[in-house]
Amino acid sequence: MKTLKYIAAGILFGITMSKSEAISWFRIQEMFRFQSFHMYGIIGTAVCMGIIAVWLIKKFQIKDSTGQQIIFKEKEKSFTRYLIGGTIFGLGWALTGSCPGPMFVNLGYGYLSMLIVIAGSIAGTYIYGLVKDKIPH
Amino acid sequence: MIEFIQQPWSWYFSGFMIFVIMLMLLYWRKSFGFSANLRTICTIAGAGKKTKFFDFDWRTQKWNLLFLVGSVIGGFISSQFLKDPATLKLSVETIADLKQIGFDFNGEMNPAELYSLSALKNPKIILILVCGGLLVGFGTRYAGGCTSGHAISGLSDLQIPSMIAVTGFFIGGLTMTHLIIPFIF
Repeated sequence: MKTLKYIAAGILFGITMSKSEAISWFRIQEMFRFQSFHMYGIIGTAVCMGIIAVWLIKKFQIKDSTGQQIIFKEKEKSFTRYLIGGTIFGLGWALTGSCPGPMFVNLGYGYLSMLIVIAGSIAGTYIYGLVKDKIPH
Repeated sequence: MIEFIQQPWSWYFSGFMIFVIMLMLLYWRKSFGFSANLRTICTIAGAGKKTKFFDFDWRTQKWNLLFLVGSVIGGFISSQFLKDPATLKLSVETIADLKQIGFDFNGEMNPAELYSLSALKNPKIILILVCGGLLVGFGTRYAGGCTSGHAISGLSDLQIPSMIAVTGFFIGGLTMTHLIIPFIF
């Protein structure tokens, strides 16, 4: 059951990413060329509803399935790592048209070449782990 | 019902569904962030023996790997059973812009020039896919998250680090789209 519910949530995610066309390289190009509202609408809707939900969860101290209060981890304060890391990520996102989630959804969709992109992204993560202490955060 | 699902989803329904997924994970005491899986995969492959960053109990991330497996299945279900027969409704400006740099809009999710198996005969394409993946994998860990962790979860909690990261996503994305892609294709 515990296993199944996470797989089910992932399936829902894969279908949502496919049916919204957020896994499309073309849609990502359209977004970075500001030629359609589509991708902004998707992210904007999720974030706006998310902001309201998080606010409500905090205000009414809503509990999760374990009966504990839902908490939100504060991300570590920094500027450099988020700006530089984010920029590097953005370069790859626009080039491949896929962020990590959609890479795997695309693979399931039938784009086997995504395995190359996935291998690259695992290697990129590994390289980060190696040089982590040598780059500014 | 099936016909309703087969249509491309509107941006507001899609956004709502992403919101629902985030809420489900919060309710199960998990934090929506897909790219953490890339680190977990490195750990399972044994990277933790040499590098401290990968030395953690990967079982705490087992749920996320299951989510990853589900997302692959979800993509498969979508292409096999829920595919809309009509072509993707890309904006005419994008179609024209892409044509100028050598991409023919095929109405599918991804361009044949990059993602068809025959495109792999060209070593340059393989290099582009590998480099793109490297940038995503390196950048996402450096920034501490990807689109789900920062743009969805982080922005929903109005966290400043996520706002900076998303600004970075756009600096990189715009630079690649407008300055680098026209140059490499």
